[in-house]
Amino acid sequence: MDRFERQLITHMPRLRRYAWALKGSRERADDLVQDCLARALSRRHLWIRAKGMRPWLFTIMHNIHVNDVSRDARAPQEMAVDDFDHLADTRVGSEGHQALEEIDQALQRLSPEHREIVLLVGLEQMPYKEASIVLDVPIGTVMSRLARAREQLREQLFESNIVGVTKIR
Amino acid sequence: MNEHLSISAEELQAYVDGELESGRRDAVAAAAAADTALAKRIKQYWIINERLHGRYDVMLADPVPHPLLNILADRARYPGLRAAAVIAWIGLGAMLGVGVTMSVSQTTALRPLAEEAAYAHALYTRERRHAVEVTAVEVDHLNAWLSKRLSGPVVAPDIRDAGYTLIGGRLLPDAGVAAAQFMYEDGDGNRITLFVRQVGDDDRNTPLRYTRTHDVGIVHWLDGRLAYALAGGADKQHLLSISNQVHATHNR
Repeated sequence: MDRFERQLITHMPRLRRYAWALKGSRERADDLVQDCLARALSRRHLWIRAKGMRPWLFTIMHNIHVNDVSRDARAPQEMAVDDFDHLADTRVGSEGHQALEEIDQALQRLSPEHREIVLLVGLEQMPYKEASIVLDVPIGTVMSRLARAREQLREQLFESNIVGVTKIR
Repeated sequence: MNEHLSISAEELQAYVDGELESGRRDAVAAAAAADTALAKRIKQYWIINERLHGRYDVMLADPVPHPLLNILADRARYPGLRAAAVIAWIGLGAMLGVGVTMSVSQTTALRPLAEEAAYAHALYTRERRHAVEVTAVEVDHLNAWLSKRLSGPVVAPDIRDAGYTLIGGRLLPDAGVAAAQFMYEDGDGNRITLFVRQVGDDDRNTPLRYTRTHDVGIVHWLDGRLAYALAGGADKQHLLSISNQVHATHNR
């Protein structure tokens, strides 16, 4: 295994985390990671070391994901069985577990674009500039998209239950 | 009071993500201090990020499935692998414990200890809200959890004598295998981290070695089945003296 491949391996856990959150299913996530790795290997000559491997890999993954989404839109497939419970963390009590499932569901209700930006910045903790490279959009678009996406998540998670309270007050 | 009316939705997010330049950051902070609804909203954005980590970070410690590693090991066979991958993956899920042990021996793609420790140090010490996964309040749980994931006793050393208090720790991916990081802070907010890597069953001990990489000072050594790397911005002598204490607590 050469240096390029070793470096690739160190990025796998993060790629898998992102893909899992993006796809909502581990099976589909690992398909995505696998396609991403295969493409990265076949295009390794295009990698510019000085620019770092993370944005390059996430760009590849983004492009594959976008193709998946448009293909699914043309020919809707049966949803993969959601297997989130498979990896349920035993540390989390039932109440915490519920909160975690809520975030799954809230994420899956976002548009694919909004889901991506929330995850790149919130989960992967990418700087806006790196996210703009990965998504190939201007930073201003990153920011406005992120604001809309996070606000939708916030409303789903925090507003639905307290509307009544707000009105009374 | 109307100042925050001029805060755009984008600026609010940039504040949450630490991307706002200092002038505007202070303006948002002042507006939040004067407006509980705004403060609550900001907190809710933070909670969203926390829940994302709480939900998905577990994947970071999950052993990378063999089909994925195989793509690297044997690229020529890739075209036929996709179906095989799904099958192998289901099998792996059923024997996750075996998967962990196997990946220890199979994965040779470890980055040098000092380099990995320096990356992990740089990545997490600048975090304010997500610096650790489990805080020092639950130190017993932290030790038990990391010991379980690193397949043997792992204990957060007590180095209060050196002036550093434990903040907590986290699980880290280390070329597909579980590693751990403990984080400490002194009275001035200076942080040091202790990176713990599994190195196999060899009962080897090495003296402390100092190196400097990526602007971080590192002292590293082998102690039985674990390798340790203490990382921090302090000077060499200081780091060595703390490392001696860590080493001593483990061999007490």
